[in-house]
Amino acid sequence: MRANCWMGKTDLEVREVPDPKILNDRDAIVRITSTAICGSDLHLYNGFIPTMRKGDILGHEFMGEVVEIGPEVRNLNVGDRVVVPFPIACGACNNCGDELYSVCENSNPNAALAEKLMGHSPAGLFGYSHMLGGYPGGQAEYARVPFADVGPLVIEDDLPDEQVLFLSDIFPTGYMGAEMADIHPGDVVAVWGAGPVGMFAMASARLLGAERVIAIDRFPYRLQRAAEHLGAEPVNYEETDVADALQWMTAGRGPDRCIDAVGLEAHQANGALHAYDRTKQVARLETDRPHALREAILSCRNGGTVSVIGAYGGFVDKFPMGSVMNRSLTIRSGQCHVQRYMRPLLDRIRNGEIDPSFVISHRLPLADAPDGYKMFRDKEDNCTKIVLRP
Amino acid sequence: MADRQEPTAARVLSGALGWFSLGLGAAQLIAPGSVNRLIGIEDTPRYQDLMQAIGVRELAAGTGILSSSRPTGWLWARVAGDAMDLALLGAAGGGRSDQRRVAAAAAAIAGITALDLYTSVRLSRDTQDGAREEAMQAKTAVTIRHPVEVVYGYWRDFSNLPSFMNHLASVETTGNGRSHWTANAPAGRTVEWDAEIVEDKPNERIAWRSLEGSQVPNSGAVWFTPAPGDRGTEVRVELTYDPPGGALGKVVAKLFGEEPQQQISDDLRRLKQVLETGQVVVSEGSPEGTRFLRLAKQRPAQPIP
Repeated sequence: MRANCWMGKTDLEVREVPDPKILNDRDAIVRITSTAICGSDLHLYNGFIPTMRKGDILGHEFMGEVVEIGPEVRNLNVGDRVVVPFPIACGACNNCGDELYSVCENSNPNAALAEKLMGHSPAGLFGYSHMLGGYPGGQAEYARVPFADVGPLVIEDDLPDEQVLFLSDIFPTGYMGAEMADIHPGDVVAVWGAGPVGMFAMASARLLGAERVIAIDRFPYRLQRAAEHLGAEPVNYEETDVADALQWMTAGRGPDRCIDAVGLEAHQANGALHAYDRTKQVARLETDRPHALREAILSCRNGGTVSVIGAYGGFVDKFPMGSVMNRSLTIRSGQCHVQRYMRPLLDRIRNGEIDPSFVISHRLPLADAPDGYKMFRDKEDNCTKIVLRP
Repeated sequence: MADRQEPTAARVLSGALGWFSLGLGAAQLIAPGSVNRLIGIEDTPRYQDLMQAIGVRELAAGTGILSSSRPTGWLWARVAGDAMDLALLGAAGGGRSDQRRVAAAAAAIAGITALDLYTSVRLSRDTQDGAREEAMQAKTAVTIRHPVEVVYGYWRDFSNLPSFMNHLASVETTGNGRSHWTANAPAGRTVEWDAEIVEDKPNERIAWRSLEGSQVPNSGAVWFTPAPGDRGTEVRVELTYDPPGGALGKVVAKLFGEEPQQQISDDLRRLKQVLETGQVVVSEGSPEGTRFLRLAKQRPAQPIP
């Protein structure tokens, strides 16, 4: 089959690789009909996530048709149309029992590697480094889906791929970001990053009762999309000082709930501060650039909540813990427990409360994946979200 | 755990060697080409890979020396590493290499070898340390989401042990609480021994030890405790054993990463997978499932042909 392989930093290649096979009794093989490039894939592309190997197949947002099932998979049939959640979860450990699927205790055979970096290991993920399992991803014609009796969500035929594909990651991720922010009716919610995850966080904040939503980004086309589709108030951090703008917009209180949908490759308008973090990152003195997170913490109102769904890999520097502690902030974070949200969010799609396809800007054949990554990273052609068709 | 000890000269030296390992390892890992050029060997991609591999070994030795309360084994590992480096330098130093630099590097390694050897011998003689170095101990723990009866019952049937203990080929019960164990050893050999159960408290504890005259004198115990909050069973294992080859075998075992501590950690992770999910969990990067030796040489995350 053909698959989009990581050959090195900023070096991708769509190559011929072997077809996947059933390895565990609870596996299924899925023929992929739609797959997407995630903002977090760009961290792999740019070489920020350790333990990648030449030849790794990328991609963790995918859906398709079940073509083969292992002997222990009883809830799926060949021919079923499924969306596959990006965390691999066994459904049987204590964390899965608590619906904390992205920290499944069994799905990462390389847990010892992650433990070195993080203390304990999270779940294995599709196409996201060997520290997180060494599983091939879904930017390919086929994928092996472990624990297929737990993860995949069967979709009836009337909904098109583009409306349900993002149940695999970014819609639940944005939703969980809003849910963790503990939004009350009347709250002002500020979201750093108006990419697809940020926009789903904004949309979800609305669904959960936010009165005002503020979008912070530096690309006018993204801010405009957030304003038009979600009624968000735009703040362009390259034109305005974010802290000043938020003080003004909230009359000195600060936003009640702040969501970081940016993660470890943040930029900031102040060139000197950006250079400081970029230098430390290159010198491996910190792995992540936490501008957005620092700003979210300092901006948040006293007693407010900071919810972190942007991806971080390792260590950050100059973390304003004093602000968190002295101002009674709550920080919540996590990779999305996608399996928990797929069904209720599918219901919201079916009810017409939201059509997730609004984030799509480009549709490309799988063969063009390497160009797509570059376009997405460099924000060429107003790129927001790319869907690939194998 | 470790008793407080006055820092002896050997301990100070060992600390210095630990830091030396870390520094050298980091340089080899980050700039293998520069190191190759510095010591005068040909700077090819192959030698760069080799230099990085040696860097990983140095980092492991450095971390081991500095973090261990009993660094002697790690220091002997350094001695073995020095011997390996001299051999490699001899092999790589021909052809288009810079003979003057190679000779200087060889002299430097020889000097370091002498220092490693001196420190190792001194540290081995430091009585407190030396006495404890004879046997290797390992312990680890895991929580499994099943009642104590289930987890105890699975372990008590020793024929189940090879399902999660990778190095075991088989365990046969021979009657009277005795059993015959066959394990896979490095280099394709097998080792066998007979063991007896010395304690068996149902749903609480099993302890065993090898019988006299065993190739691998060893003993072990496993405790089963209900986890708080109805979270299943806490399993704690302690192993003590002398690997084949005595002290030398131990050094070799550490060099290849087959330490009992790593083995038993992997074993318990697999036990949890088998009991909770039904099977050892595998990925294309780790097709045998959890295995310490696989971490350093993952397959690409691509389907297996």
